[in-house]
Amino acid sequence: MWQRIIALAIKEFQALLRDPKSRFVIAGSPLIQLLVFSFAATFDLSNIPIAIYNQDGGQAAQALVARFEGSGHFKNVANIRRESDIARVIDAQKALMVLTIGPRFEADLRTNQPATVQLIIDGRNSNTAAIALSYANTLIADFNTHWQTSHQLRAPPSVIKTRAWFNPNLESRWFIVPGIVAILMLVVVMVVTALSVAREREQGTFDQLLVTPLRPVEILIGKAIPGFAIGLLEGSIIIFLAVNAFAVPFEGHLLTLYIGMGLFLLSAIGIGLMISALATTLQQAVLGVFLFLVPAIILSGFATPIANMPPFVQDLTLINPMRYFMIILRGIFLEGSSFQSLQNQFWPLALIGLVTLATARWLFRHRMN
Amino acid sequence: MNHPSARRGGSLMRIGGLIHKEFLQILRDPSSIAIAFLLPVILLLIFGYGVSLNAKHIPLAFVADAPDIESAALYASYNHSAYFSPQIAPNLPTAERWLVNRQVDAIVHLPSDFTAKLNTASQPAPLQLIINGVDANQARLTQAYIQAGWQSWLAARAQAAGFENSWAAAQPVELAARIWFNPELRSRNYLVPGLIAVIMTLIGALLTALVMAREWERGTLEALMVTSVHINELLIGKLVPYFVLGMGGMTLSVAMAVWLFGVPFLGSLWLLVLTSALFLLTALGMGLFISIVARNQFVASLIAIITTFLPAFMLSGFIFDIGSMPGWLQNLTYLVSARYFIVILHTLFLVGDVPAVLWPNTLAMLAIAVFFIAASRRKIRKSLE
Amino acid sequence: MTSHLVENDTDAIAIQGLHKSFGKAPHATQAVNNVSLHVPMGTVIGLIGPDGAGKTTLMRLMAGLLTPDAGSVQVLGVNVQKDPLTVQASIGYMPQHFGLYEDLTVQENLTLYADLQGVPFAQRPDRYQQLLTMTGLGAFTDRLAGRLSGGMKQKLGLACTLVRPPRLLLLDEPTVGVDPVSRRELWAIVYQLVKEDGMTVLLSTAYLDEAEHCDQVILLHEGQILGQDTPAAFTQHLAGRVFGAKRAQGLRRHLQAELKQHPHILDAVIDGDWVRVLLTEQASPPALPDGVWQPLPPRFEDAFVLMLHGQRTAQTPPALAPITPPHSEPTAHARPSEVIAVHALTRRFGAFIAVNTVSFSVQRGEIFGLLGANGAGKSTTFRMLCGLLPASSGALSVAGVDLFTAAAKARARIGYMAQKYALYEVLSVMQNLKFFARAYGLKGEHLSRRLAWALAEFDLGHYRDTNSGLLPLGFKQRLAMACALMHEPDILFLDEPTSGVDPIERRAFWGRINRLADQGVTIMITTHFMDEAEYCDRLVIMSQGRILAAGTPAAIRAQAQTEAAPNPSMEDAFIALITEPTQPMGAIA
Repeated sequence: MWQRIIALAIKEFQALLRDPKSRFVIAGSPLIQLLVFSFAATFDLSNIPIAIYNQDGGQAAQALVARFEGSGHFKNVANIRRESDIARVIDAQKALMVLTIGPRFEADLRTNQPATVQLIIDGRNSNTAAIALSYANTLIADFNTHWQTSHQLRAPPSVIKTRAWFNPNLESRWFIVPGIVAILMLVVVMVVTALSVAREREQGTFDQLLVTPLRPVEILIGKAIPGFAIGLLEGSIIIFLAVNAFAVPFEGHLLTLYIGMGLFLLSAIGIGLMISALATTLQQAVLGVFLFLVPAIILSGFATPIANMPPFVQDLTLINPMRYFMIILRGIFLEGSSFQSLQNQFWPLALIGLVTLATARWLFRHRMN
Repeated sequence: MNHPSARRGGSLMRIGGLIHKEFLQILRDPSSIAIAFLLPVILLLIFGYGVSLNAKHIPLAFVADAPDIESAALYASYNHSAYFSPQIAPNLPTAERWLVNRQVDAIVHLPSDFTAKLNTASQPAPLQLIINGVDANQARLTQAYIQAGWQSWLAARAQAAGFENSWAAAQPVELAARIWFNPELRSRNYLVPGLIAVIMTLIGALLTALVMAREWERGTLEALMVTSVHINELLIGKLVPYFVLGMGGMTLSVAMAVWLFGVPFLGSLWLLVLTSALFLLTALGMGLFISIVARNQFVASLIAIITTFLPAFMLSGFIFDIGSMPGWLQNLTYLVSARYFIVILHTLFLVGDVPAVLWPNTLAMLAIAVFFIAASRRKIRKSLE
Repeated sequence: MTSHLVENDTDAIAIQGLHKSFGKAPHATQAVNNVSLHVPMGTVIGLIGPDGAGKTTLMRLMAGLLTPDAGSVQVLGVNVQKDPLTVQASIGYMPQHFGLYEDLTVQENLTLYADLQGVPFAQRPDRYQQLLTMTGLGAFTDRLAGRLSGGMKQKLGLACTLVRPPRLLLLDEPTVGVDPVSRRELWAIVYQLVKEDGMTVLLSTAYLDEAEHCDQVILLHEGQILGQDTPAAFTQHLAGRVFGAKRAQGLRRHLQAELKQHPHILDAVIDGDWVRVLLTEQASPPALPDGVWQPLPPRFEDAFVLMLHGQRTAQTPPALAPITPPHSEPTAHARPSEVIAVHALTRRFGAFIAVNTVSFSVQRGEIFGLLGANGAGKSTTFRMLCGLLPASSGALSVAGVDLFTAAAKARARIGYMAQKYALYEVLSVMQNLKFFARAYGLKGEHLSRRLAWALAEFDLGHYRDTNSGLLPLGFKQRLAMACALMHEPDILFLDEPTSGVDPIERRAFWGRINRLADQGVTIMITTHFMDEAEYCDRLVIMSQGRILAAGTPAAIRAQAQTEAAPNPSMEDAFIALITEPTQPMGAIA
């Protein structure tokens, strides 16, 4: 039995990797995507375009502007002279925000009156706006502390001392790169498994396969092996690069990681084979891939936290293998999570794998008749 | 059969015939219709309802080493906030265990000397905040929310104590932020239009990615090519039906955005139609190009899966800010037509007609559409080589 | 024999010094090599040659679908390279597989091509009527083209290319995979077009009997023209070299195999009750103990075989090499002699009955043929026998079991070669062979022995690393057969194994089949070539899901015997049976 399955698996590898175009898509593109997306996917803003409308021009105002310019987050793109220019630069997206320093800024400051600066932010991209606003708040707070200490003003009665565990500098790349690992593994597994039967159906080789002594379950295993092997191999390479090229810390155990990867691959393969069994044409298979892939990525907690979703959508994410794998990857990478602390992620993955593989097997037998 | 244009010459008749044929094929295999209409509905519903960057009810552990009236007041201030669901932990190690097990996202810790220091002017009372930094973005937001809660507690305390000129009542500089276009920072208002661009990239490319490869594989292209059909007519005959389908999906998406998700639409409709049409052409053109280059459906499927969704998701500025990417990558994003359309959609929905934003982006999309269609035209020619 | 190479105004096609190669420099293949020819107006020209001769390339060059490397092509007085659209507007071209949209109906296909060819609306109803009457598709206008039988597809493809009457009609293998009745109808249409509309028709075919219907034949081999002349001129010099042999005892195929060994005999094929032989020049028939010789009139096929004889000797399989090793030789008493038994087998698809109470049985070592028009239910029967499809009712057993329900390992006893050769096109020849061998559990030394056998027996060594999708058709067929034989099955199912394959390849194919049968392998085969039916020990003819006739080839031929036709060929018998209005006879034991 195993010899036949291995024969089929070898054939699947050859069918995937002999054609240069498909070889490139399967072997080359994940690495390119890792490179591109790892640089692209960050919530840490830099070079936020800011326009300054400095009506004061005094020393303190200059110092405040210098704080913005020197922070590394902001880039002064325009010095505005008129009120009406504010709308112009914001509307045309020349600047994301405009800092307005009123004419009485320094006077108020020196007389211990509250000196108000106004910040107008383009809210079209609400996430960017919120992050930029929090940067500005921090800058102003720093400015205040500095002003108070240098002018012997009364210090605040309390201070917040923040420590961030697992990611002390709050680098969002550390959070995103493990997510990209999961996404790329999912994509490659779907590509390898979901299209394979539809392809044989369109080429007419499926019947030829069915008259061999290969049983349906053996065909399923044979078609699952390349997905598993390619997924595991590419996952390993991507993780190696993530740690070594992108300097994402790796705190956990490799064994725990591979248990998680194995379980995740099984569930992804199960879904891929289900799509494969249902689709009669490649177009249908591609449609199936996207109908699964896009929600699976969006509802995985990759870019937007699951906790922010409404309860019924949160419940829906419970059947998404990506949800668990994201937690496993981030836990192992950043938190050094142990097997025990992740077991509540492992068993749902195993369950999803079992259910989808069994369903794929049933569909496979069912659709043959 | 209705070809009103046919009397005007053979070319229109041929194009009409090809379009009619394509529509018939679409009707026979409804997976194209599913791509055009089912995909956007499902994805918009999931995204529109499911995804929000606005955190609510962040689980928070609250530890006071020496609970007293001050700590109770601070706790109350977090408890009243919609952002937090604070839980009192008996001691710091318990709270830390909660953090490790992901039961809470942050710990607010008041050391035993907190109240004492609060009432002496010499030393500020330290409030210790421990935060799970794994999701850095979320951690930053949580930190900002906690700080805001802490500040309002300080202000309330100062007011109650009657300090006229206390620190909390008058900071040297106050930041008055005003957020235009989306004052409450409803993330749905920006996610939904952005998602329309991502979905339409997917749909446009998927609709056409397989059609040429399919004609190649099934041998029908050979029969078409030997008729009097001109190659331009062949391309138009392929683009028009899927353009109509895509615009249908687009209309549906915009209608859902406005009426279901309540995203305001402040721009003019004709600009929306114009820019959508242009954007759809870039996506269809890309699909057609993939189809012609791949020549077989399997490879075309692979390329379509790899080059559509993820680049539109990651490199368009939909979630991740393009300005913060390294320079070489920013240059790469100029090739992603979704980046232009997202800006246009955000502007048309939330701001209105801003020519300075609309025209450069529209022209960029035009350039991409022309590029893909011309490249398809060059690559296909009218021969089998 | 290039007697028509004179330039004149009445040429429909004039080709001068044409070259076309594919692939990059070191591996380039010359598909068309220095071809010059002229086709006069108003004639039917056959383009004949073995697989990979360059027939399709030549036709595509004429239709302006390919650009020549050198030389010129004038079609209807227009240079194709300079003005392909003008040429394409005035010719009709039907590619292989007919170029139909299978998800469109008959009428929708016609309308599409009418639009593309600019047929004015006013003329359409009449033209559609005319074409539908001519092709007999009038009753099926709402049927999807994909649901039509092969013969009907072919006629619809033809109707689509004729929707605006062209002056020149190019047909690429129009009769591949089409039953004899449909083929005859096609030829009737072609003649009608030439006679009534003055059309010029150029068609390529692998059926050499069709060459004799042509006014002229162009013989193409390895991209070069071997000759262009009337069919009669090709056979003229063969008079006195063709004989029929008959022996009172024994199988015809044994006689054929025996005669083939003789040094003076170039070709031996079974033809009705006779074995037809072609002698070398100046030779006389060898002595035949207890047999008789009879002179026969030469045919075009004899000329074809003769012209290609010298060129293909290397590819003839080693004579009488044992096709399966002796250890698999079954002993007569070890197994029941009835290997396939089918009783009242029925298969319904919704309301449609594809196979209707069919019964037959096949003995071990028999070559059993399943003949029928397109859509007669042959492939459905096959799929049920191979366990790919459950029967709706009735009983069937293959090697004692129903493969649909039996354990998977029972399938190891059968070999199956699907229609159109289901090979993995992106895999190399060797990879295909290895996969199928391993799928059947071969390993180690046994595996390498069988691989070596397959490469040698089917002469695939030259192509071992070539992608199977790029092989010439004849080699695809060899590879598909090799794959089906890797595990030395007891029963071999062959579904239209020779469709579109040239006569030389078909001879080699039947040589192998005969040797397999002699070693006790049971062979079940469907075919559209009626001359091949003669190789079967017994056969059934199916129509509309039922069996019309069953028995030995001689017995079936006898059924069609009339006073007008005392010696009907198998094709005559087939057509007589199929077109006969009587009720089918149902079950035959």
